[in-house]
Amino acid sequence: MTTTLDPIDRAIVVATQDGLPLMDRPYHEVARQVGISPDEVMNRMERMLHDGVIRRIGVVPNHYALGYKFNGMTVWDVADEDIAEAGRRVGELDFVSHCYHRPRHLPDWPYSLFAMIHAKEKADADSLVQRVADALGSLSHGHMVLFSSRILKKTGLRL
Amino acid sequence: MDDIDRAIINSLQGGFPICDQPFSAIAEPLGLTGSKLLARIRKLKDAGVISRFGPMWHAERMGGELTLTAMKVPQERFEEVADIVNSFPEVAHNYAREHALNMWFVVATEKPGRKAEVLAEIETRTGIEVHDMPKIQEFYVGLRFEA
Repeated sequence: MTTTLDPIDRAIVVATQDGLPLMDRPYHEVARQVGISPDEVMNRMERMLHDGVIRRIGVVPNHYALGYKFNGMTVWDVADEDIAEAGRRVGELDFVSHCYHRPRHLPDWPYSLFAMIHAKEKADADSLVQRVADALGSLSHGHMVLFSSRILKKTGLRL
Repeated sequence: MDDIDRAIINSLQGGFPICDQPFSAIAEPLGLTGSKLLARIRKLKDAGVISRFGPMWHAERMGGELTLTAMKVPQERFEEVADIVNSFPEVAHNYAREHALNMWFVVATEKPGRKAEVLAEIETRTGIEVHDMPKIQEFYVGLRFEA
């Protein structure tokens, strides 16, 4: 499902892509920047939240700053016909932050299911990977864990 | 970071209200006033504990495109290639990962078609193949961290 943004919606995105102004009345400040009333900003943002154009509003912690040094992209070789069941099983694990079906790039990259895990200690990360492996059982024909060694860039969407 | 900071991070990863004075509206359960909550969020952001505060936009729902890509970058060219990749405003995140495919970045674009252009421009400027791994299906997104 896609929604076409009109120029005012778009101006709201531009005004908030670095985040909401950290002020007592943030939506009033967005309204001032966009040149519309605060009520219209709030109504439009409510609508975009309802439509899923805004996923959520809140804080995005820097997981490294919180001590999550082991941020693993676990990748699993799951047959196409098993993906829906595999995704359902992994999606039920509360420690998995994202889970996606993505295309293989054979021969180098046979993995089709991606699940992100985060831990403060290596041993905890290993045990989370094992829990994903247990959930998938014979649906997975091989896996790897790619830990991130460094954040090279982290911004949000830019228009 | 104290217990109140942790409570702010744990409780504010979604559901921030849309109203005239949102900080005041949610401050009480945290034992704060609106202005004290605001000051703490500012401080956490300045300290880099919070990397972002505000709406998380969903590129595909806006008619745009989003993809995860990976490159195999020779170690001696890593910084140079990272600079080129990061110079594209369409590159939203970029992570170094421990694998032969050692640079993983997300490209988010507003205009359909722009994604392919960005990947082609990155290939041209770096001389390195970009593996495009767009999501086929999303099973779960519930990015939450316990502070």
